[in-house]
Amino acid sequence: MEVLQLLISGLSLGCVYGLIALGLVLIYKATETVNFAQGEVMMLGAFLAYTFVNVLGWPFALGFVATLAVMGVVGALLERVLMRPMLGEPPFAALMLTIGLGFVLRAIAGAAWGNEPHTLRTPFAGDVLRFGELVVGTENIAIVLGTAILCGGLYLFFRFARVGIALQAASQNQLAAFYVGIPVQRVFALVWALSAMVAATAGVLVAPVSLIDPLMGFIAIKAFAAAIVGGFGSLPGAIVGGLIVGVVEQFASRYLPPGFGDTSAYIILLVMLVARPEGIFATLQRKKV
Amino acid sequence: MTEQASTAPLLELKNIETHYGPVMAIRGVSLNVPAGQVVAVLGANGAGKTTVLKTISGAMEPQKGSVAFGGQNISGWAPDRVARLGVGHVPEGREVFPFLTVEENLRMGAYSRKDAGVKDDLELVYGYFPSLAERRRLAAGFLSGGQQQMLAVGRALMLRPALMLLDEPSLGLSPRLTHDIAEIIARLNAEQGVTLLLVEQNAKMALDLADYGYVMELGRVVMEDTAARLKDATDIKEFYLGMKEEGVRGRRRWKARKTWR
Repeated sequence: MEVLQLLISGLSLGCVYGLIALGLVLIYKATETVNFAQGEVMMLGAFLAYTFVNVLGWPFALGFVATLAVMGVVGALLERVLMRPMLGEPPFAALMLTIGLGFVLRAIAGAAWGNEPHTLRTPFAGDVLRFGELVVGTENIAIVLGTAILCGGLYLFFRFARVGIALQAASQNQLAAFYVGIPVQRVFALVWALSAMVAATAGVLVAPVSLIDPLMGFIAIKAFAAAIVGGFGSLPGAIVGGLIVGVVEQFASRYLPPGFGDTSAYIILLVMLVARPEGIFATLQRKKV
Repeated sequence: MTEQASTAPLLELKNIETHYGPVMAIRGVSLNVPAGQVVAVLGANGAGKTTVLKTISGAMEPQKGSVAFGGQNISGWAPDRVARLGVGHVPEGREVFPFLTVEENLRMGAYSRKDAGVKDDLELVYGYFPSLAERRRLAAGFLSGGQQQMLAVGRALMLRPALMLLDEPSLGLSPRLTHDIAEIIARLNAEQGVTLLLVEQNAKMALDLADYGYVMELGRVVMEDTAARLKDATDIKEFYLGMKEEGVRGRRRWKARKTWR
């Protein structure tokens, strides 16, 4: 029973890692930039939701939708204002820019909302469901359900929407995408918007578990491990990688000596990099001529 | 130099200069593509043929000179914008979207189009390339080289282009497939009225298809004439059609080499 209990909390934690990893992979796949500020984007989303729901007193659903909308705009603006001028610069420059962006966002959040932790008022937190001996927090169920719905939506988007397919096309062959008339720049802005919205969802879902403060974005480092385990560049891989990292972390902190819980993600990462560096769902392959 | 058409050409390049960083790849190229015709650009590796096409479609920006399409100056436009004008670019090395299916690839070709004719054009492309129709659900990365080339041509066709830029369509294809592709190019010009600018190293194929031809060397146009007259020109025969033993001396020296250090 304890195993099942740990599995459930591991899975819900893993979903959060997975969602952040998903945002990372979305941007990486399309633009070949790694956004090191992904965790801070998530933090910003959580704070926005806090402002709408707690401060302004809007109903949760409305506050959540407003958060998604604002974060979509923020994501697109980040691409338009910061990343687009970096086109043609060395990739390392863009990478440093995202690291800097993380610092800036943390400072802005600290100044705007303060450094003490906040609690987001949600309709799904604080209750428990009992299945016999099994006790499951409703926020855990909400995280898993929310992740499942989001992934389903993204799957449909990429499989059937014209823009979704164009997005894949642009990530698979940028020049050819230009040549067929896909407005690649606008598609990139859309990717950033999408990624910010996914991150905001992760932020709102994790808020009841981890509280909202300017430093909450640091869990993105574990999401980074999750993305690599899944095979950087694979969307399902990001989620699976997240789940693996989350579950292992829960079991490690229960059954292994203290300290292994927090380091388990990086241990998995190291093992993975040695044993199968291309990740579980290897999508990266050399272009054949 | 002969004037080839009295009306304004569909595509007009005036004194284009394009650089790769500090390296000047094109040193003042002017060429005209009249509507409805097939124009070939010949030349050896590194002559700047591909760069000319990239400059037309906007993937590279010319430092000097102008590109006019249908009387409109399009120099420096983003490539997706040029494509939406009706310029279909089939790049060198069949750049398909490898993880999308054949049909998705073709539909992406019509991305900028809003009209209802996309379905009909899909059938049209499948009519030209029956081997693609059989594999419409297959990921494009699994196609053979020849099929990928056909897919790239078909994808450009989905744009309903007024002008199609073909970059080495015969590259890496067997003689038979080269023949098939050449036949389809001729049919596209005759049946669909597509104007074609064809870049080729396979000079025989290009001159058989073309109405007019340009010969490039080291970033410059060194010769231009009607295709029929180019075929008879002694230089062309010698250097591009291989009608005189050329490079024998070079090959001997190559064979005589013992090591390559």
